[in-house]
Amino acid sequence: MIRIAIVGFGTVGQGFAELLERKKEEIRKKIGEFKVVAIADSKSSISGEFSIDEAIKIKRIEGRLRDDRKADELIDEVDFDILAEATHTRLDGGNGLNYIKKALKKGSHVITSNKGPLVSEFKGLMNLAERNSVKLMYEATVGGAMPTIKLIKRYLAFCEIESVRGILNGTCNYILSRMEEEGLPYEQILNEAQELGIAEADPTYDVEGVDAAAKLIIIANTIGVDAKFEDVERVGIRKITPEAFKVAKEKGYTIRLIAEVSKETLRVSPRLVPLSHPLAIKGTMNAAMFKTDTAGNIFVAGRGAGKEETASAMLSDLYDIYVSN
Amino acid sequence: MNEVLITLIVELEDRPGQLLKVLEPISKMGGNIVGIVHQRGKKTPLNRLPVEISFKIDSKKLEKLIGSLRSSGILVRSVNEVKLTATTSVLLIGHLIHTDISDTIQSIDIDGEAECVEMHVNMPEISGPSTAIVSISAAGNEKLKEALEKLREICRRKKITMIEPVNEDLV
Repeated sequence: MIRIAIVGFGTVGQGFAELLERKKEEIRKKIGEFKVVAIADSKSSISGEFSIDEAIKIKRIEGRLRDDRKADELIDEVDFDILAEATHTRLDGGNGLNYIKKALKKGSHVITSNKGPLVSEFKGLMNLAERNSVKLMYEATVGGAMPTIKLIKRYLAFCEIESVRGILNGTCNYILSRMEEEGLPYEQILNEAQELGIAEADPTYDVEGVDAAAKLIIIANTIGVDAKFEDVERVGIRKITPEAFKVAKEKGYTIRLIAEVSKETLRVSPRLVPLSHPLAIKGTMNAAMFKTDTAGNIFVAGRGAGKEETASAMLSDLYDIYVSN
Repeated sequence: MNEVLITLIVELEDRPGQLLKVLEPISKMGGNIVGIVHQRGKKTPLNRLPVEISFKIDSKKLEKLIGSLRSSGILVRSVNEVKLTATTSVLLIGHLIHTDISDTIQSIDIDGEAECVEMHVNMPEISGPSTAIVSISAAGNEKLKEALEKLREICRRKKITMIEPVNEDLV
């Protein structure tokens, strides 16, 4: 019996729980019996006898879970094999970092959707997992449903990855591709994106390239480039004008926010992308191009955010933990 | 006038005054010397010294120049026009006119081996930021990278947003 604890019960945590419930038959067939033994958010938790549906219902109605026991106590006191950590990203690691460390030290695997802990202590966490003979999986931190981390670690295991160039922020890509199509100014499209819920009320984290840079750091460390968030040369999209798209188009280009890592480069910046290039994708999509020594160029694209998409990436980590052994 | 960049290799006797015999005619015909490299390690069996001279000159005068060098007894081994083979475009956004766009563009000129070959400026209003797409050609990818690095530097100084291409072998 695989015992799963979920910490962080907002959109992503709930999405993961719902997907476990909905796909339980297939999951059982592929990796065996499992059970969610505990769920916690920042101030409350539920453990012992409960169902996933019940936990989601309580959380939605009361804004909290049944018991007063907090996440860190729960991690100490309840036995589980896997911690699914889905708290909000804070670049200094936040509480999530603490939860992940506790779980790894206890000898349980961790699946996280939270960029913060990996951005702040990638190497330390990987070493901690290795010392405790467990796995720390983080597919959901980058590119949502788009296969990225396991693509590098599995399919490209013996490739030297010379560079990765990607569109890692759906909000920026939505804004830029709408500016391209409509010829409207940045502010106007930003307002539209905010109304649609694609951009936050404070869009800084997305439009200044912070989110993309955090994801780039995770990719960089995964391909063996030892890099920190402060090392990323970062330029946002606020200064892009509608005229920029017009003149770029005359030369066959459009503009996208590209995150790039190679031996010499670590940057997030608006770039000219040929209209026929696979990275010239539209809408909230994410995409990435891997340049390798033996496999040539590999291109992937997919939905970079969303409740189900992120949960599906976490589920693929769950599968990987039990099947790749 | 169509100015071209030429690399000329001549073989000279290794004694004083020989180089002047080549440089004077180039200069007299309005040529602009860009560089001279003595290939001391590559002396010929007859003990002549190959010298590579790069210069810019009006293309119409080139034939006459080479003819006069030959008739004055200079051994001309090769004459090649340097072609600008690598081209890319960059986008500039900012106060381009107020920050002297011609100075910005000239910063990338590397002895004729990299230059701005085309530019399109879009200026929606006098006080607002303008946008330009600039095409740069250079004699090979290395020179092109060098030119882009120079442009990057000047844009940083002038607070111009420079948007570079994502092309395969560049930058």
